[in-house]
Amino acid sequence: MRINRKRYLTQNVAKILIWMAALSTMGVMALIILQVLSEGIPVFSPRFFLDSPRSMGREGGIFSTIIGTIALTVVAIVVATPLGVGTAIFLGEYTREGRISRVIRFGIGCLAGVPSIIFGLFGFVFFVIYLNMGWSILSGGLALAAMILPTIICTAEEALKAIPYSFREVSYSLGGTKWETVTRAILPNAIPGIFTGIILGVCRSIEETAVVILTAGSSLIIPTSLFAPVRTMSVHFYILAREGISMEMAYGTGAALILLVLFVNIVANWRLNRYIRKRA
Amino acid sequence: MTVEFKEKFIEKILLLIAFSSISILALIAFFIFGEGLPLIWKIGPKTFLLGGRWVPGQGEFGILPMIIGSFWVTFGALLLGLPLGLACAIFLCEWTPPWAGMILRSAIQVLAGIPSVIYGFWGLVVLVPLVRNYLGGPGLSILSGSLILSIMILPTIISISEDSLKALPPSYKAGALALGATHWETIWRVLVPAARSGIVASIILGMGRALGETMAMIMILGNAVKMPSSFLDSARTLTTNIGIEMGYATGDHRQALFATGVILFLIIMFLNTLAIVLSRRRVG
Repeated sequence: MRINRKRYLTQNVAKILIWMAALSTMGVMALIILQVLSEGIPVFSPRFFLDSPRSMGREGGIFSTIIGTIALTVVAIVVATPLGVGTAIFLGEYTREGRISRVIRFGIGCLAGVPSIIFGLFGFVFFVIYLNMGWSILSGGLALAAMILPTIICTAEEALKAIPYSFREVSYSLGGTKWETVTRAILPNAIPGIFTGIILGVCRSIEETAVVILTAGSSLIIPTSLFAPVRTMSVHFYILAREGISMEMAYGTGAALILLVLFVNIVANWRLNRYIRKRA
Repeated sequence: MTVEFKEKFIEKILLLIAFSSISILALIAFFIFGEGLPLIWKIGPKTFLLGGRWVPGQGEFGILPMIIGSFWVTFGALLLGLPLGLACAIFLCEWTPPWAGMILRSAIQVLAGIPSVIYGFWGLVVLVPLVRNYLGGPGLSILSGSLILSIMILPTIISISEDSLKALPPSYKAGALALGATHWETIWRVLVPAARSGIVASIILGMGRALGETMAMIMILGNAVKMPSSFLDSARTLTTNIGIEMGYATGDHRQALFATGVILFLIIMFLNTLAIVLSRRRVG
């Protein structure tokens, strides 16, 4: 009886500790978000979003950095999606598990772990200097594409794997070729999963600072071509906060950044659920 | 064009796409090494790795303080992040009322989505003054950096540990409970040990994430180039060394920053390989 009581005491202590860990994780999340939002949202006004930064960002708004963020993200997604989905289709549908697929998977796993500053260094020496694209939307977008590629490949592969084998069998038995099977039977059903990967890529591109600052520069002028340098919202936030240019503007930009990432996540979840419900 | 030819053609294109995806890794290695290695040979690998002085103006490039700094910050982050992360993973798969699990899961999703510059900023305005007022020192310190990093690596540790706990056959749990173990004993003596290769993989990936973090660390660590002697000292890591000086470096100095990148790349590749090998190993 006594031994039993001790065992249950240990269990209860463990239970309390684990609840505390879970609660403190939620608490820290809430603290960070609330701190930035409560100081940042009062800064919002139509001018804040529609004016470009003036006098280094001390005044004006963040319009040109919003354009910069969108431009870089679009380039990154447009380049990384076909590459990523193609690789996933090759791995999932066209090879058996063997030496080739193992090498490719290993390479992707390693690429996923490479820190962003290394992508920044690479983008700087390869796109900016070697290919002579300068600090530009194109250099930045391509470097970001390299960074988000593993995410897109892995989620797309998971999505393909989740499709029941019977879909393939039915398509083949109707006389479909491999490519027809992939494009007509598998891909349409894998779209929600692939879309999740793309959204994760979008979020990472919006958040990224180290890569962008080394490859896309930090110009405050609204870009007019793919070869123009830009500043994204995260880089703008970083420069405002680190150089102490304006705490007020930094909070505002930070709050906008957090809301944007949350918004993209929520819209993605909502669209996805609708898509799944429609097909089911 | 016959159907067969078209099919073969498409297969070749897909193979090409797959190889161009991983050739990015080779390109990265080629260009970083190409810029960094000449300088390492020029001043000698030993002076570069074990030299304690970093004075780019006088051509002195020793990155030992940065290696030590990276090590301390990462170690500190794991010390706090690992127990917290593992506890959250256990919370998510074993004891959770569904509503609490849902809240924690969305909290983790949000944590994973917060940009690293925001973490750095929050650390700067909230944590750094706390450390300075209550523990002394400049506040911009290894301790503040480790605290922030431990939060940043939580999503990685939690999601991978949770996956490996979930992947265990249900018979493990049923068997332990049937033998009269309490729920906690089942978790701690059966489930966690059985999932250990996945948990270790999560630790290694968290370590890689901590080692690779740049922007947040630039804002919190204080960036002094010296051997740190306590957790309250300011420090510089391999990544922040690159991030701070890349903007204005030229010539040998720039090559030395790429050489720092070479060392970082090698460490990360080693950790990645270890994690991939470990997570491939299956239970049983």
